[in-house]
Amino acid sequence: MKTLDIIGTAVDNTFRSKLRTTLTVVAIFIGAFTLTLTSAIGTGVSNYLDIQLASVGTTDVLSISQTAEDAPDLGDGPLRYDPTRATADGVPSPEAGFSTGVLTESDLDAIGNTRGIRDVNAVVSLTASYIEYDAKGKFQVAISENAELTKADLAAGEQLTPSDNNQILLPASYLETLGLGAAEAAIGKVVTIGIANYDGAMHEVHATVTGVQNLTLLGAGVRLNQALTNELFAAQTDGEPTAYERGYFLASAHFDPTSNDDQVAAIKADLASQGYTAQTLADQIGVFQTILTGIVAVLNGFGLIALLAAAFGIINTLLMSVQERTREIGLMKAMGMGGGRVYALFSVEAIFIGFLGSALGALAAIGAGSIISNVLANTVLADLQGLQVLQFAPGQVAGIILLVMVIAFLASTLPARRAARQNPIDALRYE
Amino acid sequence: MNSTTITSPVLAARGIRKSYGRGTARFDALDGVSLEVYAGQSIAIVGKSGSGKSTLMHLLALLDSPDAGEVMVGDTDAKELSVKQVNRMRNEDFGFVFQQFFLNPNATVLDNVVLPLTIAGVAAGERKARGMAALQQLELDDKAKNMAVNLSGGQKQRVVIARALVNNPKVIFADEPTGNLDTMTGALVEDILFSLNKDKGITLVIVTHDPELAARCDRQIFIRDGREVGSLDNAGAAA
Repeated sequence: MKTLDIIGTAVDNTFRSKLRTTLTVVAIFIGAFTLTLTSAIGTGVSNYLDIQLASVGTTDVLSISQTAEDAPDLGDGPLRYDPTRATADGVPSPEAGFSTGVLTESDLDAIGNTRGIRDVNAVVSLTASYIEYDAKGKFQVAISENAELTKADLAAGEQLTPSDNNQILLPASYLETLGLGAAEAAIGKVVTIGIANYDGAMHEVHATVTGVQNLTLLGAGVRLNQALTNELFAAQTDGEPTAYERGYFLASAHFDPTSNDDQVAAIKADLASQGYTAQTLADQIGVFQTILTGIVAVLNGFGLIALLAAAFGIINTLLMSVQERTREIGLMKAMGMGGGRVYALFSVEAIFIGFLGSALGALAAIGAGSIISNVLANTVLADLQGLQVLQFAPGQVAGIILLVMVIAFLASTLPARRAARQNPIDALRYE
Repeated sequence: MNSTTITSPVLAARGIRKSYGRGTARFDALDGVSLEVYAGQSIAIVGKSGSGKSTLMHLLALLDSPDAGEVMVGDTDAKELSVKQVNRMRNEDFGFVFQQFFLNPNATVLDNVVLPLTIAGVAAGERKARGMAALQQLELDDKAKNMAVNLSGGQKQRVVIARALVNNPKVIFADEPTGNLDTMTGALVEDILFSLNKDKGITLVIVTHDPELAARCDRQIFIRDGREVGSLDNAGAAA
């Protein structure tokens, strides 16, 4: 029997018992539908993270913190007091209250002196009081810390530069409120930031708008360049007691952008030996991705469980088919059809059922998913520009269909073997 | 009429035994039967049900293998043939007609008839041409597109004969070919089978308990309890 004839016959056989085939197809449909949707969520969110983080990330920055001391396990007593470790303790830094993991100026010097590090800046927490443009009203302002780690997702203008001039990036949502108008028009305008010093006296600092950023996960606040950060920080700490030793949670350090992975790893190892934890953006994204991968794996697991149940449906359907067609199989074998071909006939039937169920399931998932995704993007998730929760990658959908067909093939082995092994005489005598 | 020069048998059985089951449940279906079938001959294997006549036909048709003894195909012992060779032989050299028809009810008459060709891997166009030719021979070409389920019993058996014929076999095995048919239709089917034997020289091996049908064959072999209990040559019997 020719392969094409086998496929044709198998497809015809599939439709012989329409109700039974339909029910089996529905079972597969549910599994494939679920799996397509869950993997689309994986793709969608993962792509979003990639766009948000990876494509906007800078590659030559490490974010560095004190390696946190292991907390005592629950039920263990308190750890022994360590005077060197405690130097930053009780420092009335803005983050006071935490007993470990604080970087001091001497830590920053040590980091700066580490081989491969070009410069290091403490990530400071700035509490600005207001932002104002052209005396059109004062508004509260949120400042993104650690803006250096990522590039902004810009709607207009340019990224921040290490210039000595004060530069600021505004979120798109600020423009209308501040009276800046359209994104393009806002570029080059000068805004005023009010910040209170230690004694509560208000300082005003001016900055030029160099860019407008889309509203993103990372873009909720305004971003400042180092010059503006320094000036605001100077204003904020103005009037502090001089003996005041300051602690920081986080520092960001630049290294040579041409460094290869081994060199970066060496820098990180060097810092680690000194008691600092250093992470590139890729490391941080890695954590996100790991969590996401885990969640998607669990979701996919549900789809696979549904498919597993469906596989038993296929086995059942085919066993009934083999039973019903015992005499037909006997006849074909009597007429010289080899066991392998009989096996193939039933396998192809299963694979076709698998294909039907998975292709329909995937199509329905794409249809439903696209609608859901668009509705979400326009309502609940409207503020997260560029987020399509469900994204269907053609390769992935094809992969799912293929996977289901493989599962169907595996499910067919038992019934197909039974059919292939039938003795023509017994089969013909079968009533 | 049977003027074909008889040299060596196309099929032969030599002391074949076949039993089913084990121990006390053991049942000897065939207990040492020998038989020779010559090309162009029509031979009837006659016996009551349970006599072993169907088993004998199955063994001759290479559908099963004997426990002891030999089945010879031409000069070759069937034991020495590979599964593939046996399959090819059944597909190309043998035609089968069964009492219960074994037609696929949901397929068209033509699809049923060309099944042996489909199994052989013949191309679709040629299949159709040969299938139609076989149907024409049995005056069923107008039913080619009908579903097999919609045919009468006599028409069904004619379709089965067309199917047995479509691959131009050397031997047609018929197991109670008229068992499910009324007398008139049965006689018609018999006529068809014997005319194939006479006109095309196709060897007929017919299993039957119908003495009238058996009497039309060149030779009758009587089987009882798995043994041959006699044979009869009817010179010029075929009508």
